Amino acid sequence: MRATAVFYFLVGLFALCAPVLGIYPVFMMKLLCLAMFACAFNLLLGFSGMLSFGHAAFFGASAYATAWLVTAHNWGTAAAVLAGMAVSAVLGLIIGALAIRRRGIYFAMITLALAQLIYFVCLEAPFTGGENGLQGVPRGSLLGWQLKSDLAMYYLVLAIFVAVFLFIRRVAHSPFGQVLKAIRENEPRAISLGYDINRYRLLAFVLSATLAGLAGSLKALVLGFATLSDVLQATSGEVILMTLLGGTGTFAGPVVGAAIVVTLEEYLSDLARGWVTVVVGAIFVACVLTFRRGIVGELHAAVTQLKFHRRS
Amino acid sequence: MTAVFGIPVTVLLGQLMLGLVNGSFYALLSLGLAVIFGLMGIVNFAHGAFYALGAFVALFGAAQFGINYWEALVLAPLAVGLIGVVAERLFLRRLHGLDPLYGLLMTFGLALVIEGLLHQAFGSSGQSYPVPHALMGAVNLGFMILPIYRAWVIVVSVVVCGTTWFVIERTRLGATLRAAKENAPLLQAFGVNVPFLVAATYGGGVALAALAGVLSAPIILVTPAMGSSLVIVVFAVVVIGGMGSILGAVVSGLALGVIEGFTKIIYPEASNIVVFVIMALVLVLRPAGLFGKE
Repeated sequence: MRATAVFYFLVGLFALCAPVLGIYPVFMMKLLCLAMFACAFNLLLGFSGMLSFGHAAFFGASAYATAWLVTAHNWGTAAAVLAGMAVSAVLGLIIGALAIRRRGIYFAMITLALAQLIYFVCLEAPFTGGENGLQGVPRGSLLGWQLKSDLAMYYLVLAIFVAVFLFIRRVAHSPFGQVLKAIRENEPRAISLGYDINRYRLLAFVLSATLAGLAGSLKALVLGFATLSDVLQATSGEVILMTLLGGTGTFAGPVVGAAIVVTLEEYLSDLARGWVTVVVGAIFVACVLTFRRGIVGELHAAVTQLKFHRRS
Repeated sequence: MTAVFGIPVTVLLGQLMLGLVNGSFYALLSLGLAVIFGLMGIVNFAHGAFYALGAFVALFGAAQFGINYWEALVLAPLAVGLIGVVAERLFLRRLHGLDPLYGLLMTFGLALVIEGLLHQAFGSSGQSYPVPHALMGAVNLGFMILPIYRAWVIVVSVVVCGTTWFVIERTRLGATLRAAKENAPLLQAFGVNVPFLVAATYGGGVALAALAGVLSAPIILVTPAMGSSLVIVVFAVVVIGGMGSILGAVVSGLALGVIEGFTKIIYPEASNIVVFVIMALVLVLRPAGLFGKE
């Protein structure tokens, strides 16, 4: 327990000092947005046992909505982000209502297919800029606070990230989170106890989609664009990789996974694109073969075992 | 000239034929997926990558060894099937008994590795493969000029799908395969080499994907990414037909190709998404799929 507290303290301290340490703020913001995306995804996979293969739809749709409202309609930053989240929530409600009719691999395939539908809509709709996407999205200001400088934006994104992280922790520990866990572990039993499991599963899906949307909107503001790559199937794969690598169902796992994947992609960006794909695929295979619990999950298991041995 | 909904019948029939050609590819690919899923319980995300690999083997074979189309039609599925067998022995075998989701994730990774390697080896720009001499030209069907090659694709697809269905549902070999899914230890006790059978099934399934790849090489641009979006459509086809049903996979593959063709005339913007919309409708009305049992 103490080790965990020290870990969070150190990570928090690092995040606060990162700009002073000379780490490029835009890189850190991108990392935080993707970590937020992975945490939202983990809420679904880790705590409710549903593997969505189409989460990029929510991330991207919200990014597009925010970018469009800010550029074409001069909406304020906060309103545009909230509207983006609302779009993701509605999409999550529709896609979720369809997908929860099936379980396991079917659920994965259905979310994948419906996300592809969203991709085609983003490709062909008149207001999304087609192949170019929406460029030149201004960051605007929040409560009179100019967000043009990277430093101001960084601390805003960091604050929102911490809030989302704590919120997800709270949800997982709440009675609602416990019911989700129960449904994941033993569905017939949860039904027999009188829980309307589809309502719980749908709510978890919408919650996860909305938070993924928040991450997407912030990403659009940070980088100043929303493009087709945000809604691409590869992005859905990336968020799965980050969560799986870090540790499904752990709180810190998605953050660790996102940090590794984003850093890796930054370093590999000099390499040819084909090799990056090969490396990502190989990590997937290695992860499934050797450490299915992810880095944090395996560490956790090792520590638990160590404690057990010491006691006996 | 007769017309339906204000569309000339000739245009309608023409799109129907083109839709049938697309449907032939859906049928072949979803057949392979259904075989692998039905007999191994694995959703093969790498199916699209193996499809692209089949096309590239034909392309590479022609450039390096002068292998012609007819040889490629046999050799490419064989080569890709062997790669599939190796992949099964090395990777998929170890997932036995785990949640099937791990199989999906593993084959997703495998797809990325294959696609990335193809990208490195051949570049991302499209390459074309010549139509074989014997299948050049076109026939006039009265309502449209049908290129002979496209007719050939439909014929091959229907014959291969029919044969596969027959082998699995009506022969002793098929019965053994189905028994391997039902109760592997018992079958093994009878002296059947089940691990070999499973590896061969995966090899056979991806060989079907490679065959579709070779068949498509002369009519589309061959790129490393040619399978990655196609596989999503085929997943939707399989959800519509009902997983594991071979007949369902073939019939819905052909039917959706035709429906897609019709959409191209009536409302072209929706032709990319019509399959997904139908999938959503089927999920609402019959969650187990049209041919699925649950």
